[in-house]
Amino acid sequence: MAEHAGEAAHGHDGHHEMSFWSKYVFSTDHKIIGMQYMFTGMAMALIGGFMAYVFRMQLAFPGEAVPGFGGVSPADYNSLITNHGTIMIFWVAMPVLIAGFGNFLIPLMIGCDDMVFPKINRLSYQIFLLSAIVLIVSFFVQGGGFGGAWTAYPPLSAKAEYSLTPLGSTLWLVAVALEFVAFLLGGINFVTTTMNSRAPGMKMYDIPMVIWMIVVASILFMASVGPLIAGAVMLFMDQNVGTGFFDPGKGGDPILWQHLFWFFGHPEVYVVLLPAMGIVADIMTVFSRKKLFAYRTVLYTVFGTGVLSFTVWAHHQFIAGVDPRMAHIFTITTLLISVPIAEMCFVYIATLYGGSIQLSTPMLWALAFLAEFLIGGVTGIFLGASGADVYFHDTYFVLAHFHYTFFPIAIIGVFAGITYWFPKMFGRHLSEFWGKVHFWGTIVAFNCIFIPLFMLGAAGQHRRIYNYNHFPDLATPELQRLRVIATSALLVMLAFQAVFLINFFYSLFKGKKAEKNPYNANTLEWTAASPPPHGNWAELPRVYRGPYEYSHPDRDTDYWPQNEPN
Amino acid sequence: MRPIATTRSASGTPTGRLAVWWVIASEIVIFGGLLASYIMFRLSHPEWAEYASHTNTWIGAFNTFVLLTSSLSAVLAHQAAEAGNGKKAAKLLYWTMLGGITFAVVKGFEWNMEISHGFTISSNGFWSFYYTAAGLHALHVIAGVVIMGIVAQTAKQNLELHRVELIGIYWHFVDLVWIFLFPLLYIAK
Repeated sequence: MAEHAGEAAHGHDGHHEMSFWSKYVFSTDHKIIGMQYMFTGMAMALIGGFMAYVFRMQLAFPGEAVPGFGGVSPADYNSLITNHGTIMIFWVAMPVLIAGFGNFLIPLMIGCDDMVFPKINRLSYQIFLLSAIVLIVSFFVQGGGFGGAWTAYPPLSAKAEYSLTPLGSTLWLVAVALEFVAFLLGGINFVTTTMNSRAPGMKMYDIPMVIWMIVVASILFMASVGPLIAGAVMLFMDQNVGTGFFDPGKGGDPILWQHLFWFFGHPEVYVVLLPAMGIVADIMTVFSRKKLFAYRTVLYTVFGTGVLSFTVWAHHQFIAGVDPRMAHIFTITTLLISVPIAEMCFVYIATLYGGSIQLSTPMLWALAFLAEFLIGGVTGIFLGASGADVYFHDTYFVLAHFHYTFFPIAIIGVFAGITYWFPKMFGRHLSEFWGKVHFWGTIVAFNCIFIPLFMLGAAGQHRRIYNYNHFPDLATPELQRLRVIATSALLVMLAFQAVFLINFFYSLFKGKKAEKNPYNANTLEWTAASPPPHGNWAELPRVYRGPYEYSHPDRDTDYWPQNEPN
Repeated sequence: MRPIATTRSASGTPTGRLAVWWVIASEIVIFGGLLASYIMFRLSHPEWAEYASHTNTWIGAFNTFVLLTSSLSAVLAHQAAEAGNGKKAAKLLYWTMLGGITFAVVKGFEWNMEISHGFTISSNGFWSFYYTAAGLHALHVIAGVVIMGIVAQTAKQNLELHRVELIGIYWHFVDLVWIFLFPLLYIAK
């Protein structure tokens, strides 16, 4: 009773005038913080994309000045590839997929007005922003940005006389550590909010899949990042205090870093994969008007994947001198983890089966996610098998495999989510036509970038090499042609992102107004106004059923919102 | 005006307590990673036992005693807060803070002595771990003392009494980490 009285009173004083600063910059509103994460992530994606453009140009046309950048020195090249990887994972995939969508969606989809710790939420974004600034500053200090690859293996990362970036390496490390702190704070908020602040009547199995996935991802992050934080402290000491944790000369061991890094690094794949899988699940049910196939099985599969993901990390270290008997064990666990993920793909296809499929832009992205991620998954089997990995390790095959997993996650999944929730976020519709133009331009170009890179990798082309002309075996015209194809396709793909940006910002101000529930979807966020006001609802909703009751035989309409009593 | 979200408790556990447990869970893996690395090194470097013999077990034991005793007043503070007696809770928290400060001061003298004997953080692997692990723990002690001071300030006015329990849980965790560090760094010789 007391709770309901409080909720009614809240509805009346929910709207009061706020200045620009308190509304958009120092806001504690989960929606604004979600947007801050999303826009910061998009800005960082532009920087990361520009870096890819510069080093791909260097690889296709070695030694020639790159328009917009100039000549690329070897140190520039190393710093560009390092920071491209760092930015795209830690400052694009994580903030947009987990923090951006998580902040925006969790309170709206579980039916409450904000996070349980709004101020910690704001602090989390501020630390994140600081981390992004520290990273950007590190490009401009003496010696330039860190160039020891995003995995930061010592001794290259630990010793300035090897990396030649005394300040850049430390700032890089500090930025990454700050980013971890931001996501730990955010993750604790997400998990606690979902555990405690669900709408009355919303049981565990009534939570939309995307929320489950973001919560499980937050827990995975929390459980895996600790050893790397400890490792970052040790690396920082090695860089600046003169300890020798990773220095064999002082009784340390550089392989220790690899263990600490990949103990985090592999669960991290699932940390970003799961939210994307959740976004895709929600979109597929809405645009095929079908109940999600085997909701509980998907959930248990996610838990299983989470547990298994802690047992596979050493497959990144097959040639780092790990005991071959250990390599066998990690081969088996790695092949095992492809089973639950494959199962989820089948479940999604089963969800589509017999549905009335509507090929809207979000649905196209969702379907593309499945198709492209499958290629990434299948090529991962080669690398998980220690025998094959000895050949493929550190070639472009690894790089192409990695991008076939991360591009679907961080780009396709994000575009699926943005095009789907855009009407809810901003109260207007994106253009469907330009959305589809952008979709096809991106997907076709993406495959034209990375299929040649698979071929280059299989031909033995090593990663992280500045100029292949110095390697007679790799400087053949055939291989060079593949490099030029990949770079040209990258230029096309980047050009198509302009279509998205124009569509995005034009629709933000001039798009067709969106009503509350344009897709006839079931989940709670579609019962709030578009865009939802501060406090989300005048009266907070109650939940009566699961989120995926589409095309129920007893109903006239083909959807059944979670908040309708009957 | 607080969001409704902060007042709900669908899991049955108060939100604050739930969050503290998640904080501790993430801290466990941080210290877990550090100590697991240390144990792996100790197992493959028998000569570290000789380096470890230079640590002063008596000072370590004294600090263990101080820290564990300081938890007692944290528990009593929780009891007082439950009974609604904020003044008494604050007073008891001050005793816990005193324990934390004593721990840090003793640690300072101990390190000073060791450094003057030439055992610095860059001497060898053992001493690197010794200072890093104990230093990370000491930072947690200091942070705990500062937060406890803030909690005591509000508790004195009988406000936010549930926080007394939360800082207590955290303090027990800080104790527990030390209970792992003490045998690993001092006793194992």
